[in-house]
Amino acid sequence: MATTSSTFVRQDMLAQQPAPLGVSGPSHWFRTKLFATPKDTVLTILALALLVYVIPGMINWLFIDAVWTGSDRTACATVIQGGILPDGQSGACWAFVEAKFQQFMFGRYPADERWRPILVAVLFVILLIPMLIPKAPHKGWNALALFIILPFISFFLLIGGFGLPHVETQLWGGLMVTLILSFFGITVSLPLGIILALGRRSQMPVIKTLCVVFIEIIRGIPLVTVLFMASVMLPLFLPDGWTFDKLLRALIGVSIFASAYMAEVIRGGLQAIPKGQFEGADSLGLTYWQKTRLIILPQAIKLVIPSIVNTFIGLFKDTSLVSIIGMFDLLGIVTLNQSDANWSTPVTPVTGYIFAGFIFWLFCFGMSRYSAFMERHLDTSHRH
Amino acid sequence: MKKTILSAAIGAAALGLASAASAATLDDVKAKGVVTCGVSAGIPGFSNPDDKGEWTGIDVDYCRGIAAAVFGDPTKAKFVALSSKDRFPALQSGEVDVLTRNTTWTISRDTSLGFNFRTVNYYDGQGFIVKKSLNVKSALELSGAAVCVQTGTTTELNLADYFKSNNLQYNPVVFEKEADATTAYDSGRCDVYTTDQSGLYAIRLKMKNPDENMVLPEVISKEPLGPAVRQGDDKWFDIVSWVHYAMVNAEELGITSKNVDELKTSGGPDVKRMLGSEEGSKIGTDLGLTNDWAYNIVKLVGNYGEVFDRTVGPNTPLKIERGLNALWTKGGLQYAPPIR
Amino acid sequence: MAGMALNSETSDTKKRASSLINDPKVRGIFYQVLTLALLVLFVWTVTQNTIHNLQKANIASGFGFLQGRAGFDIGQSLIAYTSDSTYGRALLVGILNTLQVAVLGIITASIIGFIVGIARLSQNWLIAKLAQVYVEFFRNIPPLLVILFWYKGVIAVLPQARESLNLPFQSYLNNRGLFVPKPIFGDGAWAIAVAFLIGIVATVFVARWAKKRQMLTGKPFHTVWTGLALIIGLPILTFLALGAPITFDFPVAGRFNLTGGSVLGPEFISLYLALSFYTASFIAEIVRSGIKAVPKGQTEAANALGLRSNAITRLIVLPQALRIIIPPLTSQYLNLTKNSSLAVACGFADIYAIGGTMLNQTGQAVEIVALFLVVYLSISITTAIFMNWFNAKMALVER
Repeated sequence: MATTSSTFVRQDMLAQQPAPLGVSGPSHWFRTKLFATPKDTVLTILALALLVYVIPGMINWLFIDAVWTGSDRTACATVIQGGILPDGQSGACWAFVEAKFQQFMFGRYPADERWRPILVAVLFVILLIPMLIPKAPHKGWNALALFIILPFISFFLLIGGFGLPHVETQLWGGLMVTLILSFFGITVSLPLGIILALGRRSQMPVIKTLCVVFIEIIRGIPLVTVLFMASVMLPLFLPDGWTFDKLLRALIGVSIFASAYMAEVIRGGLQAIPKGQFEGADSLGLTYWQKTRLIILPQAIKLVIPSIVNTFIGLFKDTSLVSIIGMFDLLGIVTLNQSDANWSTPVTPVTGYIFAGFIFWLFCFGMSRYSAFMERHLDTSHRH
Repeated sequence: MKKTILSAAIGAAALGLASAASAATLDDVKAKGVVTCGVSAGIPGFSNPDDKGEWTGIDVDYCRGIAAAVFGDPTKAKFVALSSKDRFPALQSGEVDVLTRNTTWTISRDTSLGFNFRTVNYYDGQGFIVKKSLNVKSALELSGAAVCVQTGTTTELNLADYFKSNNLQYNPVVFEKEADATTAYDSGRCDVYTTDQSGLYAIRLKMKNPDENMVLPEVISKEPLGPAVRQGDDKWFDIVSWVHYAMVNAEELGITSKNVDELKTSGGPDVKRMLGSEEGSKIGTDLGLTNDWAYNIVKLVGNYGEVFDRTVGPNTPLKIERGLNALWTKGGLQYAPPIR
Repeated sequence: MAGMALNSETSDTKKRASSLINDPKVRGIFYQVLTLALLVLFVWTVTQNTIHNLQKANIASGFGFLQGRAGFDIGQSLIAYTSDSTYGRALLVGILNTLQVAVLGIITASIIGFIVGIARLSQNWLIAKLAQVYVEFFRNIPPLLVILFWYKGVIAVLPQARESLNLPFQSYLNNRGLFVPKPIFGDGAWAIAVAFLIGIVATVFVARWAKKRQMLTGKPFHTVWTGLALIIGLPILTFLALGAPITFDFPVAGRFNLTGGSVLGPEFISLYLALSFYTASFIAEIVRSGIKAVPKGQTEAANALGLRSNAITRLIVLPQALRIIIPPLTSQYLNLTKNSSLAVACGFADIYAIGGTMLNQTGQAVEIVALFLVVYLSISITTAIFMNWFNAKMALVER
C-alpha cells in the first residue's frame, strides 16, 4: 500500500561502521571492567598496589634469590646461620628438594627396586588416560583392567613375590603412598558408597537404619578419629594376635571415611531420578537389581559425576592426614626431612611445604578441571 | 561397622598381610620366623634408621639379641616404628612381640597397662637442654620459660611435678612426635626442651648448631628404660629378660664377640655353662631355646659393654659415659643374676 | 513397591512353595533377619574380642579414670587448670579449646568467604580474578599443609622474643605468638557490660519500631547507625562516667619472653588462620553459586521498581541466595569443626590432642574413643539442629 518513491527514504543500507571507540577496544574494556565506578577505581588501584607489593617479592624469593644447587645446608644458609649466602638474602632452597626428591617420591623404598613403583605408575597412566576420554571405546574392559587387574599386579610388583625381593610397606613413602591411598580409597569407596546409598533408600527398616547410622556416625567425626580407630582400635577388636599391616589399616580407615561421603553424593543422584523411572521399570517386570543396575544407577551416577570427582579431590587431600598416625605420605616425608640436620635452615620448611603444596595442588586442580569438563560434556548431551 | 570387618576380611584375604598369633608368643615367633619389636621412630643411639634404612641403636640390638637367641640369626628381627601414643596399644594387641622402645618402667605400666618389665637396658634420668645464650645454669632458674615436651610420656608428668614442687611457673608446649618437639625447640618456639638425658645428647646432635645448646646438670627423675612384654606369658618374659642378663653376664665374665669361640672350649666352668658347652646342660632347652642361645647372642650381637660402646658410648657421636650403666663391679647398676 | 503388592495378592490364589521364596515381602524379611543376625554376630565377636583382649592386657574398663588426677599441664586453657585437676577437667579444657577455635574460625571463614564469593561476581575484572585465584589456590591443597605452612613456615621464622615486632596498641609479635594488652576490670566494670547489654536490647526495640513505622508510613529509619551508636556509645559513656575503671596489663620483656598481657600462641594462630582461609575458599564458592542461582528477573524487577543496587543486593538477592547457601554452608561449618582436630599436628591442645595424652597415661583406648565420638557427634548434631532451625526460618513461606 505504501510506495517507496519518497526521496527521504533511503533506498540502500549504509555500510556498517565500526563501533565507536567508547564501547569497544581496550579503552572500553578498561573503563567497564576496571574503572566503571569510583568505587571500582579505588578497588582496582588497591588490588594493583597489592599485586605490585606481593608479586615481585614472591618471584624474587621463589626464583631469583633461590638456591638451585647444593649438597647440604650451607648452600641455603646465610653466613650468620653458618652458610655461604650473604646475610639478609632469603630465597627458596630448591637444592633441598632436589637432594630429597627421590625420597619425596618413593620414601625409603630401596633404590635398586624403584623401577617397580615407576612401572606401576606407567601402567596406571596408560590405563587411566583412555578411561578419562569419554569417546574412548571398551570402557568396561578398561575399568576391569584399571580397577581390578591393575591393583593385583601392582600389589605384587610393589611388595614383592614371584622372584622379586620383598619390600616391607614400612619402607614405602612419599607421593607413592599418597597415590596408593587415594587410588585404593577411590576404588573401594565408590562401590561401597553405592551400596550404602541404596541401603539408605531401602524399604527394609533394618537395613535402612543400619546404613543411616553408619553414614551419619562416620560423617559426624573427623578423619583423624577414624584413622586413629583403624590404627589403634582395630587390633583390639580382632581375635587374639591378629594384626594388620599399618598401611592396610590406613587404607581401611580412608576407604570407610570416603564411602560415607560417597554414599551421600550417590543418594543425591538417586533422589533426583523422577519417580516415573522407577514405576516404568517396575511395570516392565524388572527385579530390584535389574531395575537398579539398568535403569536407576546409570542415570543417577551420571547426574552426580562432578560431585563424585569432588569427593575424590577431598579424599586425595585427606590422605595427607595419615602423617598424623605416623605414616610417611608426601606431606609426612617432607615434614620428616625438614628435621634433617644436614638441611635445616630457616627456609627449608617453607620450601618443602611449597613443593608438597604444589604437587597436591597440581593433582587436585587437574581433577577439578576434569570435573568441570565432564559437567559440560554431560550437560550438552542432555540438551535436545 | 559391618563394613569395617567386611573390608578388613576382604583386604586381608586379598593382600595376605594379616597374620594370626596364638597365646604362646615363642611358638608364634618361631612360626613366623621373625621377632617383631616395637622401637621408637628415630632416637639416635637407641633406635634410628641410618641412611640406608638399616636400624641401629641399643634398643635395636636388644631385639637382635632376642632374634639371635631364638633363631641363631640376628637378622630375623623386624622393627616396627611406634610413636609414644601407639606403643602400648601395639603391644597389647600383639602387633609387636616385645616393646624395646626406651620405655620407662613404672608401676602403673607394670600393673594397670598389663605389661611385664624386669630388665633395664639403660638407666636414664630426665634432664633439660637450653640455649647457652640464655645464661641459665640450673633448672631452678627456669621460672617463666616455655618448655617443649613430647606428649604421653613420663617426661610430661615429671615435668609437671618438678615445676610444681619447686613453685616454678612454666608454659608447656606439647607435641605428639619427638621430631616436632625438637624442631620447635631448635627454631626457638621454646626456651627449654626436656626428655631423658640420653635423648638430650642424641637430639643435640640433630640441631642446627649443637654447640649453642647445653644440657643442665639437674636430673629430675629416675627413668629405668627396658623392654616390656604382655602379661601372662612367662616363658616369653623369661627369654626376653635373660637375653639382657646373658649380655651383662658375658661382659662380667669377659666374653666378647671376638673371644667367644675360643672361650667356648677353653673357658672356665661358669663360662662354659653359659655358652652351652657344658656336658648335659639343659639351661637353654629349659628356656625353650637351644643350648647355644647365649653363645649366639654374644657371638652375633655382642656383650652389653660392646653394644653400649657401639651405639651410645664415648666413641659414638653421642659420647655418653657408662655412669649408672656400668657393671655393678665397676660402680654402676648393671647387675645380672647368675646363669646356673 | 507396586510390583510387590501385586505379587503378594496373586500368591494368595496359588499357594505354591516357590511363591513364598519369590514373595518380595518374605524375602525382604529374610534379608533383614539375615543382616540383623550377621550384625549381632559381628558385634558379639568384636565385643568378645575386645573384652578378651582387655582382660588379657589387664586393663580396667569404665569411666572411673576421669576422676583421677591428670598430672600433666596444658599450655592453652580457657578455664582454670593445673596438673592437680582431674582427667575430666582436662577433657573439658580440650572441648572448650576445640569450640573456641571452631567458633572463631567459623566467624572469620564466613566473613572472608562472603567477601571473596561476592568479589568473584564483581564487574571489576581484577577483583574477580584475584578472588578466583584465592579460591583455586586454597581449595586444592590439604588443610593440614596449610596449618603446617603457617606453623613451621611462617610463625616459626618470626623474630625471637628479644627482637619482637612492635604492633600498634603496645602489641608484639614474635615466634612465641601475638602479645596483646590484657584488660583488667576494676570496680564498676560490670556496669559497662550492663550498658552494652542495654544497648543491644534497645537496638532490637528500635529495629522493631522502625520496621513497623516503615510498614505503616513508608518512612525509612537509620536503624544501623542508631544501633551502632547505642551498642558502642552506651558502654563508652558508662566507661567515662565511672572514671575509666578498666586498665590494661601491657606485655613487657621478661627473662625468657614477654610477660604480662594476653598471648595468642603460635599453635592457636596457625590453626585458626589455616582453618579460616581454607574453609573460606569453599564458602566463597557456595556464596557465588547461591547468588548466581537467583534468577536474573529478580534483579531486573527490582531495578524496574527503582531500587538502588545496594538495596537490591540486601533486600532482593541475598535473602533468596541465603536459602540456597545455608544447607551447604552448614556442612562447611561442620567440616571446619572436624578439621580442627588437625590441631594435633601443630601442638594445639584440642580435644583430640588431650584425649591422645590421656590415652597414653591411662591406656583406656575404648573409653577415650567413645568420648571422641560423643563429643564430635554432639557438636555436629547441635550445629545441624541450629542451622536447620535457621534454614527453616529463612525458607520460602508458600502461601
